[in-house]
Amino acid sequence: MSGGTASAPPLKVRGLEKRYGHLVAVAGVDLTIESGDVYGYLGPNGAGKTTSLRMMLGLIRPTAGTVRVFGRDPWESVRALDGVAGFVEAPTFYPYLNGRRNLELLAAFDGGGSGEQVERALETVELADRARDKVKGYSHGMRQRLGIAAALLRQPKLLLLDEPTTGLDPGGMRDMRVLVRRLADEGITIVLSSHLLAEVEDVCNRVGIVQSGKLVYEGEISALKRSAGASYTVQTTDDDRALQICRAQRGIADVRSQDGRIWFSAEEERAVATLSQALVEGGALICSLQPQTARLEDLFFSLTEASERDEQPVAEPTVGAAR
Amino acid sequence: MSTGAVATRVPGVTGRTRRPSVFTVYRWELFKLVHLKRTYLGLAFAVAVPVGFAVAIHFRHVQHGDFAFATFLNRSGLALPLVILLFGAVWMFPLIVALVAGDIIASEDHNGTLKTVLTRSLERWQIFAGKVLAATTYAIVAILLNGSVAVVAGTLQSGFHSLQSLSGTTVTASHALVLVYLSLLIYLIPIVTLVFIGVLLSTLFHNSAAAVVGTLMVSLIFQLIGVLPGLTGTQPYLLSTQFNAWQGLLRTPTDWAPIVHSVWVCAMYGVPALVAAFLLFIRRDVAGG
Repeated sequence: MSGGTASAPPLKVRGLEKRYGHLVAVAGVDLTIESGDVYGYLGPNGAGKTTSLRMMLGLIRPTAGTVRVFGRDPWESVRALDGVAGFVEAPTFYPYLNGRRNLELLAAFDGGGSGEQVERALETVELADRARDKVKGYSHGMRQRLGIAAALLRQPKLLLLDEPTTGLDPGGMRDMRVLVRRLADEGITIVLSSHLLAEVEDVCNRVGIVQSGKLVYEGEISALKRSAGASYTVQTTDDDRALQICRAQRGIADVRSQDGRIWFSAEEERAVATLSQALVEGGALICSLQPQTARLEDLFFSLTEASERDEQPVAEPTVGAAR
Repeated sequence: MSTGAVATRVPGVTGRTRRPSVFTVYRWELFKLVHLKRTYLGLAFAVAVPVGFAVAIHFRHVQHGDFAFATFLNRSGLALPLVILLFGAVWMFPLIVALVAGDIIASEDHNGTLKTVLTRSLERWQIFAGKVLAATTYAIVAILLNGSVAVVAGTLQSGFHSLQSLSGTTVTASHALVLVYLSLLIYLIPIVTLVFIGVLLSTLFHNSAAAVVGTLMVSLIFQLIGVLPGLTGTQPYLLSTQFNAWQGLLRTPTDWAPIVHSVWVCAMYGVPALVAAFLLFIRRDVAGG
């Protein structure tokens, strides 16, 4: 299939695989990025994220599987990347040319390239005053911003950003997050590869988590949190007694004492109500009882470490949910 | 980056109006070459060598029969570009060519910019073609610059006089000037072949230094094979021998046989090198730059 269709999702990956001899970098990843998604692509170092992104951009030929960008194969023709922009790993430029010349070159390689267009892109990322400086003198953060400017020149409908906040100071990271949100608000579909789970939780509506080249989860962040079950903490006047009562109580599981509190999970809220009554009747008076919201970071480690142990995918294919 | 002022769509732009072409790449590759020091290093060689030769002639009379046209270096400035063609084939011209041809693709790996340009709106073949054209243009400019500087330097030193052909006939100065430039054009046949070999090594090694040295080594190995006892029979088919094909123009009547021979022998080396470089570039995984 080479021709794209208007109804095709911005990015659809099926059975994507990349092998280097015996090394399996990506082992059969399925992803579907729907229009309007801000999709967090997560995984530990060496999980195959960047290799996958390179295949999505037509930089690497898959060993097996398919990549369709708006219904077209990026390896077949670069035209599949019309409306697509972004960068893999750090954005790179010609160090001996200045920032403006680099953008002019890239704009020309897109078939456009008016000076006004480049100037406005530079202003957008606040590099206009350094535009005449050679890129070899730019800081990492300035190169990241120039990378965003280069991406915006293409007026993308799909933006792939690989670790866009790496190396940025806290202010730069905040600005990048705000920029990603604004881009999403304008209707641009975004794939954000990041190690910063709090950042992904903050800006993304869906995630795909890869471990050892395999997708171990894809779906909405909210669904992932729900799937983790309800977790609670309780503090009482007699924690030893409370611990015994919790462990004996029906519908209560995963009981443990940690940080001066008792942690447990409950199948349903009624079990919590019954537990609170049992604690009071047992002489362990309740000081506090709080539901705990699962953090993406905890769920990420839970999924990737479980995958490491079992080498079994635990994917929950809730594909297609829009924000 | 002021997030409050971020305008994510560039105003006043209605999108692309045309697809970029090979010419787009070619133009920007030349622009990049103008901003690279190694370009000027090669061109400086091309200029300095004939000037140095002219200065050497001024201070030392070349002995009769040292090499072809040696006798005429003091009689006609037009002999100088031809003498440089003879000597330049050993390492000077291969080095000048290798400096750019060996770097033209490997530098993209070094700077990590291949992924940047391959994700714009140009097909890989267009980028490859633009780069090959730019490297070839540079080689042509270097050879013509060298020849022109040699003509001027030689004329300033020995005057604009008639020249004796390799057949012993006298050629008028104006005709000799035409023959000098025609010789330069014929000389471009093995030079362009060397460009293609440089581009192949640049694509293969992903490393500028290795590709530049490799291109130079290829040229030197050809010359070594040509002088090894027992291998002299291979001489007509060596790339290094084709650097002498222009001498057919300096005979009366013109001897086209070495020139025609040079075309097909160079094609034998150049075309496979170019095709191999093209296939490597088109199919390669861009896992680094």
